[in-house]
Amino acid sequence: MKHTTQQPPDQRRTADRNGAATAAPAPAGATTRRRRASHQWTAWAFLAPVALYLALFYAYPLYRNLDLSLHNYTVRSFVRGDAPFTGLANYRAVFDDPTFAPALLHTAVFTTVCLVLQYSIGLALAVFFNQHFRLSAILRALFLVPWLLPLIVSASTWSWMLNSDSGIVNATLHAVGIGPVHWLTSPSWSLTSVIIANVWIGVPFNLVVLYSGLQSIPASLYEAAALDGAGAWRRFWSITFPLLRPVSAITLLLGLVYTLKVFDIIWIMTKGGPADSSTTFATWSYQLGFGNLLPAFGPGAAVGNLLVVAALVFGLVYLKVQRKQASS
Amino acid sequence: MTAIAAGSLGRGNRTWIKTAIGVVLTGVMLFPVYWMLNVSFTQNKDMRKSPPDLFPAHATLEGYRAVFDQQLPYLGTSLVIGLGTVVLTVALAAPAGYALAKLRPRGGGVLSFLLLVAQMVPGIIMAMGFYAIYLNLGLLQSVPGLIVADSTLAVPFAVLIFTAFMSGIPGELIQAAQMDGASPLRTFCSIVLPMSRNSVVTVSLFAFLWSWSDFIFASTLANGGSHEPITLGIYHYIGNNNQEWNAIMATAVVASLPATVILVLAQRYVAAGVTAGAVKD
Repeated sequence: MKHTTQQPPDQRRTADRNGAATAAPAPAGATTRRRRASHQWTAWAFLAPVALYLALFYAYPLYRNLDLSLHNYTVRSFVRGDAPFTGLANYRAVFDDPTFAPALLHTAVFTTVCLVLQYSIGLALAVFFNQHFRLSAILRALFLVPWLLPLIVSASTWSWMLNSDSGIVNATLHAVGIGPVHWLTSPSWSLTSVIIANVWIGVPFNLVVLYSGLQSIPASLYEAAALDGAGAWRRFWSITFPLLRPVSAITLLLGLVYTLKVFDIIWIMTKGGPADSSTTFATWSYQLGFGNLLPAFGPGAAVGNLLVVAALVFGLVYLKVQRKQASS
Repeated sequence: MTAIAAGSLGRGNRTWIKTAIGVVLTGVMLFPVYWMLNVSFTQNKDMRKSPPDLFPAHATLEGYRAVFDQQLPYLGTSLVIGLGTVVLTVALAAPAGYALAKLRPRGGGVLSFLLLVAQMVPGIIMAMGFYAIYLNLGLLQSVPGLIVADSTLAVPFAVLIFTAFMSGIPGELIQAAQMDGASPLRTFCSIVLPMSRNSVVTVSLFAFLWSWSDFIFASTLANGGSHEPITLGIYHYIGNNNQEWNAIMATAVVASLPATVILVLAQRYVAAGVTAGAVKD
């Protein structure tokens, strides 16, 4: 799960535009209008490549995907492009599929547990590193490593660490008399295993964003609270946590959007198995489209589109929250 | 977690205790990375030893020799694709960022909104759409095809970063250039771009890293071709039920080098990229 956050630059620009509108003298008339028109042409000349790019490489693939989900594609008709239109049949097939309920459940559990753990561990670490002890900056930078590693690297390393017979995790458990746990090969543990690996990857992001949120809480508040005799725990719950709420909301919502679509980690570690025990919508969609010898592009695209809808719903909530915060 | 206050009162012994706790926490967090290194140096005959060696006591380079013998083409492909993605991303996003930050195009707000939304589309969807398109165009298993697909990971982010950085450039400078008769393109190339060097670096780093790390486009669009990137090299290694985990982990170590280099050389750019805009400065 790789992600970054950014703020829509609109607010600032709208302000600029208003400023410019009031500054521009009204009676200039036609010349101004002409200049403004040529100005618009210049602006769009700079924007055109990206606008075209969005249409060709985002909108068109999305459209092709929708098209796939509404036709009965086989390998042959996929190449020739003459698959019969079947309406919502693919979606109906997906809903009736025995994999649907487990995939829904696993997606929900995976997303929720990952978010809760990443956020709470990230917050605890952010608060800890906010104390500015010796070496804290270097150690904090080192925490970014899991976030920067290619997912295939993290996933294969965790696969070997969680190996039933020769993995370091089971060797450690064995030393304290537990085990062996079949992390990746038992249906009751596979989901836990991919959650562990994904939390490990997601903690750095939460740490970095929450840490920068902590920076903006004025130290004077803590000093005042300390003078009033508030203990560390009390200071956390009555100052840090409430003042961090806007940043927390952003972090969690963005985390939600990005955790919903996690694919690489699960696919590389378990392929969604054994027996669909770690299948989510993302891996199921891939499984249908690319995982078998006979691809089922239609149903695969249908599952994918359900995922898009979920991601976009939460994504729009995120943008709304962020906008509200930026304007307040 | 005992003390919470920012700028804590702790001095002397207490900060050393915190440093010690910090080192331990970092050690726990980075243990998998250490383990990857350790396994990459472990001899094959020791691989199934129980309990495993915590240090590579009988270190071997056979894993790295395997990388050298078998993985160089994959690494080369990834390098080419990564650089291609960087060029394409900067070329598309820098002018767009300039327009959005300084030229106030009508409809610019809608465009940046669409870019934010575009980032939220799950990779598997993009991969399936690209697969359908490339199949018809004959672009499957091609390097340019993969460069274009990988650039979709970075372009929206890049536009937003450029917009944020470039709105900080003083408008007077741009106006002065125009007074001197510089064309918009000239202004962009000789005033705006040089002043945005930092954002070009940030964007290039992330574009390279994301393209280098990409697995989903690689496995759907490049699988089985003659130009497969390193992520697929590792994946085939695991998939073939390979028991030479030292070779697999050695490849993983080599595949992690760009991330390491970036963290060492450009840590502040990375942190800037992660938090860009998440929190108001």
